[in-house]
Amino acid sequence: MADMKQLAGPQSRRRFLAVGGGSTALAAFLAACGSDSSSTTTTGTTSMGGKSETAEFGKGDVGILNYALTLEYLETAFYADVVKSGLFKGSDLATIRKFGQEEAEHVEALTQAVKQLGGKPAPEPKTEFPLKSAKSVLELAGTVENLGAAAYLGQAANIESPEVLASALAIHSVEGRHAAALNTLLGESVTPDGAFAVPADVPTVLKSVEPFIVG
Amino acid sequence: MNNEQLTNPELAAVHVDDDSEDLSRSEVLLKGALAAGAVYGTLAVGPYVRKALAMNGGGDVEILNFALTLEYLESKFYEEAKSRAKASGELKSLVDLLAKDEQQHVEALEGTIKKLGGKPVAEPKFDFAYSGTSGFLKLAQTFEDTGVSAYNGAAPMIKSKEVLTAAGSIVQVEARHAAAIRLQNGAEPSPQAFDPPLDEAQVLKAVEPFIA
Repeated sequence: MADMKQLAGPQSRRRFLAVGGGSTALAAFLAACGSDSSSTTTTGTTSMGGKSETAEFGKGDVGILNYALTLEYLETAFYADVVKSGLFKGSDLATIRKFGQEEAEHVEALTQAVKQLGGKPAPEPKTEFPLKSAKSVLELAGTVENLGAAAYLGQAANIESPEVLASALAIHSVEGRHAAALNTLLGESVTPDGAFAVPADVPTVLKSVEPFIVG
Repeated sequence: MNNEQLTNPELAAVHVDDDSEDLSRSEVLLKGALAAGAVYGTLAVGPYVRKALAMNGGGDVEILNFALTLEYLESKFYEEAKSRAKASGELKSLVDLLAKDEQQHVEALEGTIKKLGGKPVAEPKFDFAYSGTSGFLKLAQTFEDTGVSAYNGAAPMIKSKEVLTAAGSIVQVEARHAAAIRLQNGAEPSPQAFDPPLDEAQVLKAVEPFIA
């Protein structure tokens, strides 16, 4: 579990980013995997009792789902604002609309999941996004989607229930698809982290979205 | 949401054969329950899933070897495509990138299986029947979408948290590949809000025609 924290933590993220692609990234990946189940068993008790990264959103899986819900609310509001902005037409607008609809479906599914676990769904945050030009909006969309995908990846191993995990994974890969599509539109690599996507921890994600949450 | 949305068009031909002798009742239940849970975001299926999970004794090495077989397939497919797909420009760069990524997945999975004390499965011989760029793109889309659903179906059964995160970091890359290939195909990069999970039997059935 200590190793898990390193893998998901900002320190490890820097390490992954620093080494870049190729065999070094592979070595880092293997090192992360190498901490097998035996170490999990010995250190499991202490870390399981430790404070979870998503504690401010609720306990256990409810906290993780509410964290995800907050991000999905943000993405849904972003796409709705972009559609209203009139900056896009034709096939680009259709893509943005489609992504926005899918984020709205994620909001609905996560809200239901929180309720089924007996939790209270996180409130919808009030948001404001800088919508200056089509290019800057696409860049922001790319940032948000890549971050969203990394956020889900960062939480996957913390999820206790296999059902919740299955749901989170079904959403995680869709966020990855969105991110890759936007990267393609932006002329950037579809796999900016290389062959292994890098997770983001909660403080990193929240700090990145903070500028868009008002009040 | 209806049942049609549960399945990618490419995977519509893939059905669970309930009579198949190697598919236990628990696996059928697990597959259905996970699919329902993932798509509807509901947790009403919990007891079935837990029962099925408890009965699954395969372990992480078996899951990783299953993933390795798919990565062998993708890796070989893109390696061949460098000369066979007649790709140029942007698509050529994408084929090179995908070949490189899949090869790294193969190496990572082999290494992880060994670290866990297991033995990596041997690489099967593959036979990809397609011609030209459009034939390549069509097959690539099927493989990438199937890959995403295979990882999504298997991941909840992974016991080690480290292996789970590693599998997650690969499946996200597969999803990115799927979106990029779909754009080249003029298809929706993200056809639905939830990527449906597939179980091992479904995945094997989908890739079987390409194993020589």
